[in-house]
Amino acid sequence: MKVTTVVVASVALGIVLVTVFLVGIRTNEVGENGSNIQPRSINIAGSTTVLPITQLAAERWMNAHPYDTINVSGGGSGVGITSLIEGRCDIATSSRRAKNIENERAGGRLVEHKIALDALAVIVHPSNPVNSLTLEQIKKIYTGEIRNWSEVGGPNLTIAVYTRETTSGTYESFHELVMRGENMSSSVLTTMSSGEMRQIVSTNPNAIGYVGISYISGVKALAVNGVLPTKQNILNGTYPISRALYMYTIGEPSGLAKEFIEFVKGPEGQRIVEEKGFVSLT
Amino acid sequence: MLRRRDSCRSREKTRGRPFFFPSGITKRVFSGKTVTGLFATFSIFFVFLIFIFVFTQSIPVFTNIGVTNFILNHKWLPTAHPPSFGIAPMILGSLLVTSLALAVSVPLALFGAIYISEIASSKVRDLLKTTVEVLSAIPSVVYGFFGLVVLVPFIQRFFGLPTGQTALTAGLVLAFMILPTMLSIIEDSLRAVPNEYREASFALGATKWETIKNAVIPAASSGIVGGVLLGLGRAIGETIAVMMLSGGAAVIPTSIFSPVRTMPATIAIEMGEVSFGSLHYSALFGIGLVLFAITFAVNFIANWIISRKVRRVAR
Repeated sequence: MKVTTVVVASVALGIVLVTVFLVGIRTNEVGENGSNIQPRSINIAGSTTVLPITQLAAERWMNAHPYDTINVSGGGSGVGITSLIEGRCDIATSSRRAKNIENERAGGRLVEHKIALDALAVIVHPSNPVNSLTLEQIKKIYTGEIRNWSEVGGPNLTIAVYTRETTSGTYESFHELVMRGENMSSSVLTTMSSGEMRQIVSTNPNAIGYVGISYISGVKALAVNGVLPTKQNILNGTYPISRALYMYTIGEPSGLAKEFIEFVKGPEGQRIVEEKGFVSLT
Repeated sequence: MLRRRDSCRSREKTRGRPFFFPSGITKRVFSGKTVTGLFATFSIFFVFLIFIFVFTQSIPVFTNIGVTNFILNHKWLPTAHPPSFGIAPMILGSLLVTSLALAVSVPLALFGAIYISEIASSKVRDLLKTTVEVLSAIPSVVYGFFGLVVLVPFIQRFFGLPTGQTALTAGLVLAFMILPTMLSIIEDSLRAVPNEYREASFALGATKWETIKNAVIPAASSGIVGGVLLGLGRAIGETIAVMMLSGGAAVIPTSIFSPVRTMPATIAIEMGEVSFGSLHYSALFGIGLVLFAITFAVNFIANWIISRKVRRVAR
């Protein structure tokens, strides 16, 4: 008898939950259709590096404007620009400048909107006497050619080389800006997040790693080619491991696309940029 | 007792006939046999579905790069051009970490269980059992974080290594994670050995230790193997703590001090941002399938060992 009661009760509970869920969706729809405000929607596609910024910005925007829908997806910078040209999205995000051939395919009508800067800091333990490395040295450390700190003017310690998982945007930036097409050695250690990277490097005198520059407390950020990753050096373009992040539209944007790009470039959007570990434009 | 049965019967009498079903149908539909049968079928069906899903998702990687290449190749470069999907380092890494964990935890669990079940007084036994069971309730990420903050720097300094994230570190923490489960199962199976066995052994003049060694442990052997296997299953599938402690370098381990990457850790590390439907995505499911196969094989071998032992005892 008891089993029967339990089964009946759980089935009943399930039905109630499903009903509540469906009714909940229903009322939402009625509310939207019943109002006089025209619902608007745009699609954004492109770089996975920019994805966290666009996603959070879209969430904040939709919270403030319940009748607007902003669909955000990744796919990569190339995919984003291609789908923009083919009319499948309204804004393409990109972690690189659009290429000439892409602009030609768009009839020369691609409009560029710089939304943020992305810079990576190469970090070591605070006790490490090494203060500066060249891009070439960093690359050799990650390919396994340089294995000891003494080869770059440090103490006689084996270097513990840390990278991010290969699917992370930070990894992609590093791979593009430092490795330039070469593969890392497979003995490079992996961490799952920038927070973990900082935690490990801050406790291991042998370690070297890289993070977005919002993560450099408790560790020492190295000068690369003699330039420190300060906000000023990133803004004036002298720090080598940095790049700009863009949004692209076909022609000057209008309507929701225009408002959203302005929102991202505005003070609240730039706060989101900093929140996600990138460098704001101002 | 009596009163309870009475009230039961009276409830049954006053329940009456359900108003929307003809008599008998509800009884037949909701009888214990049908309900349990139905749910058992469903659970088996769902496990089967999961297997089918993992299998179909991993087909592309096997057709594109081949089963042997996938398992024996030692380069895991999923985002390189051209990519390389070889999981040999991960299979070896998983096996190394798991065997280290078992090497530490099996003796601890076995002797702990013997002490709790055969030697300790009932008060001590209750206290120890409760403590052990509380240990098993700690989430693995807590073990992982503890290991990362305390054990990793310690191992690095103590052995003078470039990094404290080694197979040994992961194995040690894993050993303490699987210890509670193993200990309580082994303890239960030791306690389930009938007292007559012990009495008979004592009557033959055996000491306490001889009794434990020659009567209790052999009689409980299937339960002991079961406990070890459950621990092994948990160890090989454990993800978060291992991911935080093993260093995650996809190289073939050469010693217990080399960093390793295990199969579940790879899935967890890369699942987040891999693009849906790509070869890399499929390769992660392929790893899941290999993991599935290894666990299945281990269980199968263990069942075979147990059944042989039982047959020998019966003979």
